Amino acid sequence: MSQHAGTMLYLNGVSVAFDGFKALNNLSIIVHPNEMLAIIGPNGAGKTTMMDCITGKTRPDQGELYFDGRTDLSKLDEAAIANLGIGRKFQKPTVFESHTVWDNLLLSLKSPRSVFAALRYSPTNADDARIEEILDTIRLAGRKHELAAGLSHGQKQWLEIGMLLAQDPKLLLVDEPVAGMTDAETVETAKLLREIATTRSVVVVEHDMSFVRELGTRVTCLAEGSVLAEGSLDQVSANPIVIERYLGR
Amino acid sequence: MITQMLLRALDKKASWLIAIILIVAIAIPACNLLIPPGQFGHVPGYAVTLFGKYLCYAVLALALDLVWGYVGILSLGHAAFFALGGYAMGMYLMRQIGSRGVYANPVLPDFMVFLNWKELPWYWLGFDMWWFAFPMVMLVPGVLAFVFGWFAFRSRVTGVYLSIITQAMTFALLLAFFRNDFGFGGNNGLTDFKDILGFSVQAASTRAALFALSALLLALSVFVCSMIVNSKLGKVMVAIRDGESRTRFLGWRPENVKLFAFTVSAVLAGLAGALYVPQVGIINPGEFAPENSIEAVIWVAVGGRGTIVGPIIGALLVNAGKSYFTGALPEYWLFALGGLFVFVTLFLPKGIVGLVGNFRSRKTKPTVVPPPLAAKVEPAE
Repeated sequence: MSQHAGTMLYLNGVSVAFDGFKALNNLSIIVHPNEMLAIIGPNGAGKTTMMDCITGKTRPDQGELYFDGRTDLSKLDEAAIANLGIGRKFQKPTVFESHTVWDNLLLSLKSPRSVFAALRYSPTNADDARIEEILDTIRLAGRKHELAAGLSHGQKQWLEIGMLLAQDPKLLLVDEPVAGMTDAETVETAKLLREIATTRSVVVVEHDMSFVRELGTRVTCLAEGSVLAEGSLDQVSANPIVIERYLGR
Repeated sequence: MITQMLLRALDKKASWLIAIILIVAIAIPACNLLIPPGQFGHVPGYAVTLFGKYLCYAVLALALDLVWGYVGILSLGHAAFFALGGYAMGMYLMRQIGSRGVYANPVLPDFMVFLNWKELPWYWLGFDMWWFAFPMVMLVPGVLAFVFGWFAFRSRVTGVYLSIITQAMTFALLLAFFRNDFGFGGNNGLTDFKDILGFSVQAASTRAALFALSALLLALSVFVCSMIVNSKLGKVMVAIRDGESRTRFLGWRPENVKLFAFTVSAVLAGLAGALYVPQVGIINPGEFAPENSIEAVIWVAVGGRGTIVGPIIGALLVNAGKSYFTGALPEYWLFALGGLFVFVTLFLPKGIVGLVGNFRSRKTKPTVVPPPLAAKVEPAE
């Protein structure tokens, strides 16, 4: 049995350098099935680079990257990794602004991704019901036929979470989901993510400490491309190194 | 499933457009052939050919819009596919001349006799038969687009870099076709055609038929493009145009979608070129000139990219303008064209169709938009 069996995401000794700058330095992280992990850390700690590596945008220089205990991610491209069941929400909300809310979800909905399957596609009742269900979850049912360009920043964030759900991934990578949200929306988002984490694995990158507290989950603090501390939020935030390098500043 | 696809293609706008094109396909030839010259309503022969040429340009514009307006690939070499379709048709027409050429050689076209060639090059074989030549009209541009797109899109060449290599492609073809030993008539190209499928290309009835076929091709192109852009694939295309890398993270493969659109577009452009050549009576390397491709981009921009009707309107209007200008003020045409492009880019980013859409929404807005929510809150009395 290899060490990565039984894990959802397994990173071991991953390093990436850009022109000599080590964005990731011997990073090791494990996420189990149906588990949520919050990642905190100062700017430039390598949080986004880590997500780029997992989703195939950046190739690691060395180290192991396994998904679902068996698939080596370092050999696959973005589309293949997305189709394996890894969904990603970007730091800046990136929805398709010239499409309606409905079409944004339709494009994300799990379905055959070939050119001819898309050309032949006709909406099924099951697909429509799933989109309606997601619309209710993200509270955009009333605006489903509007263009995504007209949504507020917070609504775009929610639409993107809805797009993640539509993909039906096993692992969600969520980069700063509450940036630009009101306090009430932040609480709602935390609730939603906790709910999602009962059936899927979720990795959340966030700066907002009250939001991380709201998530009530295991926390990993990154700095300079490797793990600084791990544990509950209280343990991590009491760690003197974390205070010195991140919180205290 | 197939019927659903066909129904989706014929939405209200596309159905109207196809109906209008089909009426034109019947009306213009009828006015030319049935109403005697001098009587009211007669369309002279030269006008039939001129409009037929415009319709071929409209197909090219629509093909370009499919890749530029919907997938965001700004091709500056689309006239190459048009010209290749034209050359394939030209080769068929050359072989139909037979021994009626100046040198009366039953097999070799005149320019080959002139170059002292003893036998037909292998790539001219089969072009004397229509059932071989006509599929080649689609196959040659289609295969070139597929191979070109395969390498370009797979290596993720996008934006201005892609535009430059499409321009380089058409320029390379221009230079190749200019060479006499390339075997396509060099500088003079292919001309002096006699007949097509046994009908004289000069005859009024043949010209009317070619016009009707051009209109039918335009209607078919509207149907095909409408089917594609109204499908889920069409939504993926627009998504790729607006955020290519985002679509990758949703599991789509932009390179495959682009390759499909680019190849379909090249085939349509090739068909347009093939109907263009018998109507103008000549195809020469000048058709590969980068200016032609850029002009096609201007038609699409003027009409309105990302719409089906826009590029057709753009192609017809700009070419009608060109015919007028090059007659009245020949020196100023290029200035007018450049000025038009600058004007449209600055003031009409959605083209003429966008302008009409603006007027319409401004007119109807007060009746469509429900009263603002605040109106519900009645002051307490």
